[in-house]
Amino acid sequence: MAKIQLNGRKLELKSRHTILELLKKYKLNSKKIAIELNSKILNRNKYKIVYVKDKDKIEIVHFIGGG
Amino acid sequence: MKKDTFKVSNQVLRSRLIVGTGKYKSFKETANAIKASGADMVTVAVRRVNILDKKKPLLTDYLNPKKIKYLPNTAGCYNSEEALRTLRLAREMGGWKMVKLEVLGDKKTLYPDMVETLKATKVLVKEGFKVLVYCSDDPLMARELEYLGASAIMPLASPIGSGLGILNKINLSLIVKNAKVPIIVDAGVGTASDATIAMEMGCDAVLVNSAIARSKKPILMAESFKNAVISGRQAFLAERMQKLSYADASSPFKGLI
Repeated sequence: MAKIQLNGRKLELKSRHTILELLKKYKLNSKKIAIELNSKILNRNKYKIVYVKDKDKIEIVHFIGGG
Repeated sequence: MKKDTFKVSNQVLRSRLIVGTGKYKSFKETANAIKASGADMVTVAVRRVNILDKKKPLLTDYLNPKKIKYLPNTAGCYNSEEALRTLRLAREMGGWKMVKLEVLGDKKTLYPDMVETLKATKVLVKEGFKVLVYCSDDPLMARELEYLGASAIMPLASPIGSGLGILNKINLSLIVKNAKVPIIVDAGVGTASDATIAMEMGCDAVLVNSAIARSKKPILMAESFKNAVISGRQAFLAERMQKLSYADASSPFKGLI
């Protein structure tokens, strides 16, 4: 079990997840987002191999309208 | 006559109008307004994904980043660290090196913090970004940004979203005169004629968001801006007549009955 912080929200993952599995869980297209894992940018080719660990702080961002 | 191309860094743009994608009623309206504007580059913001709403539509569903160039901005950043973090994420997301830097210094005026802006520009240029920089309309700041390697200078016409038009034409013309990189008027443009004036002064392009999105008919206004920018550019290239302090009749006196 991992207690993590995702986009500022605290949550618990009951089973082991890779980052890619976490994205799938939230129906997010890995090509349309970028991730910061514990304040460092996570290269997109690592989504498949990096596992979410206890106390991880994850930020998932995307593009929205702006001026 | 030589073809009039608009180039920022190594990127050739068809339109001299760059539009923002914020403040629209819906993504559909955003997409329609952008189409009507003829712009081939749009600014976008970087924000957290809403993880609670899995079905929320995305900007990228309406504006294909393969067809229209995304220019990620740092709107809402109040220091260089936040701005750098945002643009590094943007680069990871889309692979874009061309970005718009704006570091704000004050919540009420949204005036740029030039100390932090200069600091961030330096780092971004070093990291290989092509940086278009939102800045005050101060000729010395513009010169400094160019010296630091900014790809384009984006002086404000007036405060962001104010629609007040160009408040300091003298400063803006000094910036245009001194610069070797493109000058793109950013912020404060209120209506089409403001864009025309900027273009007539020799600015290379205009960035507009609120003036289109906050008008009653954004799609019509977008088209109006498209024409305004073309018109102003043509007038600039045509080199206007001299102003005279007396009249000069247009009809000849010869043959007068």
